[in-house]
Amino acid sequence: MNENDIVIRTEQLTKRFGSFTAVDHISFEVHRGEIFGFLGANGAGKTTAMRMLCGLSKPTSGKGLVAGFDIHKESEQVKRNIGYMSQKFSLYEDLKVWENIRLFAGIYGMKDKEIEEKTDALLQRLEFSEERETLVKRLPLGWKQKLAFSVSIFHEPKIVFLDEPTGGVDPATRRQFWELIYQAADRGITVFVTTHYMDEAEYCNRVSIMVDGRIDALDTPRNLKQQFQTDNMDEVFQQLARKAVRKAD
Amino acid sequence: MKQFRTFVKKEFFHIFRDKRTMMILLGIPVIEIILFGFAISTEVRNVRVAVLDPSGDVITRKIIDRIDASEYFILTTKLHTPQEVEQAFRRGEIDLAVVFSHRFLDNLYTGDAKIQLIADATDPNMAVTQSGYASGIISAAQQELLPAGASPATIVPDVRLLYNPQMKSAYNFVPGVMGLILMLICAMMTSISIVREKEIGTMEVLLVSPMKPLLIILSKAVPYFVLSFVNLSSILLLSVYVLHVPIAGSLLALVSVSLLFIFVSLSLGLLISTITQTQIAAMLVSGLMLMMPTMLLSGMIFPVDGMPTILQVISTIIPARWYIDVVRKIMIEGVSITFVAKEIGILALMAFVLIAVSLKKFKTRLE
Repeated sequence: MNENDIVIRTEQLTKRFGSFTAVDHISFEVHRGEIFGFLGANGAGKTTAMRMLCGLSKPTSGKGLVAGFDIHKESEQVKRNIGYMSQKFSLYEDLKVWENIRLFAGIYGMKDKEIEEKTDALLQRLEFSEERETLVKRLPLGWKQKLAFSVSIFHEPKIVFLDEPTGGVDPATRRQFWELIYQAADRGITVFVTTHYMDEAEYCNRVSIMVDGRIDALDTPRNLKQQFQTDNMDEVFQQLARKAVRKAD
Repeated sequence: MKQFRTFVKKEFFHIFRDKRTMMILLGIPVIEIILFGFAISTEVRNVRVAVLDPSGDVITRKIIDRIDASEYFILTTKLHTPQEVEQAFRRGEIDLAVVFSHRFLDNLYTGDAKIQLIADATDPNMAVTQSGYASGIISAAQQELLPAGASPATIVPDVRLLYNPQMKSAYNFVPGVMGLILMLICAMMTSISIVREKEIGTMEVLLVSPMKPLLIILSKAVPYFVLSFVNLSSILLLSVYVLHVPIAGSLLALVSVSLLFIFVSLSLGLLISTITQTQIAAMLVSGLMLMMPTMLLSGMIFPVDGMPTILQVISTIIPARWYIDVVRKIMIEGVSITFVAKEIGILALMAFVLIAVSLKKFKTRLE
């Protein structure tokens, strides 16, 4: 791997709230085009870590580079180069499909003409064209989530952060959703994803598991399974999570 | 700038596509003005009067006729004993009783001819107003009926009611309703619309985007600013053309002060949105913290001067109190804007403090 391929790098990244250390000196690297699974029990600190990487929260100490920019000093630049989708799927229900796309693309400063063309292409690719004028609230949840993901990478970010994107979706739709993720990764977009589903962890190129604010394991799913002498990720996760002292919030 | 425009447009979509909110936003001012202007009235009308007239002479009958003939009073019962007065009140048949002394005509020049007015003071304001009206009629009658120079009551005050000679309650309520509506729409709706984005999760996406937080907030405020202006116009039009409350002072001054007040309310809404997490909470907080105090302590319904000191002190932090004061002065009394400099200064200070605090809170939440 050459140095230019690294899109996220943290060194001893730490966040304290008073005396509570939510994220405890984590260091890791994520490569371009990689699907990076960010796992951890509730309260392990993964949301806080992710918020720091997105420029939403300032680290207490340590360093972090996202898309080549310092998360401490250049959060504006960081924000320009990332996409984000949260578990509460994040489109406006009372806007039409195309209005949502135009709004978010506009926020990222895309030109009207470019938005127009890309919208058509996107809707065709998703076989969504006839839903162009539909209010988002009339779409089924799976579709909303696919659309939300497509919107979050519409401006071609270097990295997209997905915070439990498939919560509450049936397995078939989850599979379709992961196909979209693979397509994005193939185009060179790095995918940083948190999830509760251990079968989804298997789809990731590499997985990190947080326990009590630290990263206790980081490797490919295959190596992790070997290391913990088991045949599924769920068991790996259970073994690590059992060591947690901190209560889930 | 383009970001900003797209965003403001989106806010308008939210409002226009939510029919219920639209109805509330544009309907409430009209309904309130009509309610307060017509239904809730402290004017005296159709007061039921009972008369106890043991004398039954020419003079007493003329006075009774006078009372009955006025548009305020209707003579409903003639009583015969003092006991019946109390019974009639208890049964709720009458609002006011007029009692004459015995041998009224004979005693007219000795000073022993007396009239007693008995009013139902369960509603003290009403009782005072009713008996005031009745005394007015009686003293007018007295002046006319007695030969010149023979009047026993030598001093009759000539009361002049300034600014609102017909004592129309709309003069009092219009400024109050303006304060209430603008506060409600700006603060409540702004806070709800910001908190809604937190609740559905879009706020996070917006904060992760390169859009400046300040712009997000500003673009949320713009539509409500515009709507408040529409409401302000509809309230003023209704009050001038339907309730016939004239704008005595300068319209420009009135509108400028209203814009300042709208700004204060918007910043309050922003503050509420930073301390609440759900739409319900935002609604409750704006309802309890803004609406009740505004209605009760701003002088809209109860005069501030009549409150206990502690409530008077509390009322000074209620923006609507100062705004309603200014509106009364400019709109009803017609004074120039220089006479309300103090109130305007206080409102401006409030706007400054509120916006500073809420922006700081909004920023901290991001850290």
